[in-house]
Amino acid sequence: MFDTDKWQEIFSTIKKNKLRTFLTGFSVAWGIFMLMVLLGSGNGLQHGVEKEFESSATNTIWVWSGQTSLPYKGMKPGRNIQLVNEDYDAVKNTVKGIDKSSSRYNIWGTNTLSYKKQFGSFNVRNIYPDYGEIEKIKIIKGRYINQPDVDQFRKVTTISTQVEEALFKGEAPIGKYINVNGVPFKVVGTFTDEGNNGDDNMRLIYLPISTAQRVFSGDNRINTIALTVGNASVEESKKIEQDVKAKLAVLHKFDPADPRAIFTWNSLENYQKFMRLFSSIRLFIWIIGFGTIIAGIVGVSNIMMIVVKDRTKEIGIRKSMGATPWSIVSLILQEAVLITSFAGYFGLVLGVVVLETVGSKIESKFFSQPSVDLTVALYALALLVFSGALAGFIPARKAAAIKPIEALRDE
Amino acid sequence: MIRLNGINKSYITGNNKLHVLKGIDLHIKAGEFVSIMGSSGSGKSTLLNLLGILDEYDAGEYFLDNTLIRNQSETKAAGLRNQYIGFVFQSFNLISFKNAMENVALPLYYQNVNRKKRNRIAMDYLERMGLAEWAEHMPNELSGGQKQRIAIARALISKPKVLLADEPTGALDTTTSYEVMQILKEINSEGITIIIVTHENDISHMTNRIIHLKDGLIEHDLVNGKTG
Repeated sequence: MFDTDKWQEIFSTIKKNKLRTFLTGFSVAWGIFMLMVLLGSGNGLQHGVEKEFESSATNTIWVWSGQTSLPYKGMKPGRNIQLVNEDYDAVKNTVKGIDKSSSRYNIWGTNTLSYKKQFGSFNVRNIYPDYGEIEKIKIIKGRYINQPDVDQFRKVTTISTQVEEALFKGEAPIGKYINVNGVPFKVVGTFTDEGNNGDDNMRLIYLPISTAQRVFSGDNRINTIALTVGNASVEESKKIEQDVKAKLAVLHKFDPADPRAIFTWNSLENYQKFMRLFSSIRLFIWIIGFGTIIAGIVGVSNIMMIVVKDRTKEIGIRKSMGATPWSIVSLILQEAVLITSFAGYFGLVLGVVVLETVGSKIESKFFSQPSVDLTVALYALALLVFSGALAGFIPARKAAAIKPIEALRDE
Repeated sequence: MIRLNGINKSYITGNNKLHVLKGIDLHIKAGEFVSIMGSSGSGKSTLLNLLGILDEYDAGEYFLDNTLIRNQSETKAAGLRNQYIGFVFQSFNLISFKNAMENVALPLYYQNVNRKKRNRIAMDYLERMGLAEWAEHMPNELSGGQKQRIAIARALISKPKVLLADEPTGALDTTTSYEVMQILKEINSEGITIIIVTHENDISHMTNRIIHLKDGLIEHDLVNGKTG
């Protein structure tokens, strides 16, 4: 197999049949290149979506209220459910398995923020300190809202860097007062929150929920409850979701089976759904990639068939000179393996180069860091050498079976 | 050197069975220069193929250098061909993408002689054929006579006991034909048995023994012009 003389024989054949070699190599290189690009893109897509999920904890349950749709204990459907602080406290204190939690109170309508002569319309979210961790907010300067802020009804705010830019125009914001709908709040920190809803999460400021409810006449109303469930499994997380619903059903007297009274969104469940989706996409990509490889193998096989036909006479001559069937098989086979592995390697490298150069320039919301890991690349290469052998084998066996007289008669 | 006893051979093409050789008995001694003649379809090429172990026979016995040649594996046949037999063909059958020297050296490749050594030996043989300066040329740059001389050099390089030539002059003009026959004669004088198939009388008359085939049987067997 590693007879240098045979390799020389093969190399001289290759050198003297450049077009044929190129065509054979091209189909393989193309197949592997496509596989690399497909797998890379698949990974890019997955990384993109994973990054989206990174922006808030992947184990979060969001709860918000709606309208009852089922009659319950003599009450007609269509009642509005309004969540209040007491609901949040009850959920937090009774449902087991909750890690971090926060309620959120929204101020409806446009909120005008101003500092000196600068002003703009932004959203205002009023929350507990845990909220920062639930949303995975990144603090840039100062700090986030903390428990003493909430306890003491402090008029403080953590603003996004976008708001900072709009209002402060380069001035240091910490310790300055901004007006929120006419009420002054002291800036204690700035943050960024990328991903997911990108801009939506950046065009806002955070206030302590207690202060906001008091200042903006929110009473005890809240709009949303957000909780994280630690390392809970999907089942445990769904159980917690059900417990929260059940608790609220008791507090607000609605049918626990009512699908419209309370809405929930379980990110863990969604995350896992996405992951399942991605494993099927990956499988799909592999199937397509494999198909491409198969097409490559068939292409090589075809060309090798033609090669054998082309070389029938040569094979006849070789056999009359005393070439054994095995030596003919190994000659054709090794040529095929050599061409496919070399071309395949070329396709592999080209694929990686394209992913690195073109891929890294594509920065869309759902696409980032397209890459193929080394093991996959090596598997693909191994597959290729194997397929090269396979592609060469059938024609080679055919070649070896050629009767010398028939081959020599072949004019 | 070669002994054939009642050799039979038929080809089956579709539903037709074509009985080509119908019992050939033949004894060729070492060092003979034999020509096989006959009209087309007389079985002369088939006979040559059998002698060259390029084809199998159906019945009878074939001894080559006292070895029975029958139903051997392809690999064994290849070994025997390499060791005993050199071929020269009408259409030269040089490998088109190899130069003259590489073509001549090819049989030694199948004897596992290393590249340097076999190219050196090939150069010796080319020199003997007066073609040393054409060593680097590709077959399509050579004349018919040159190609046939290269083919002969290739057939000789493995030091065969028997040289089989199928219409070696069939594609050559008269002058070149005579040159090639002269070379074969010289080779024969060195003790190599030569068997050629031809349909040209003047060519066959340059050999020592003429075997006429007709319808799969030996019609005449003339040694130096006399019935043997």
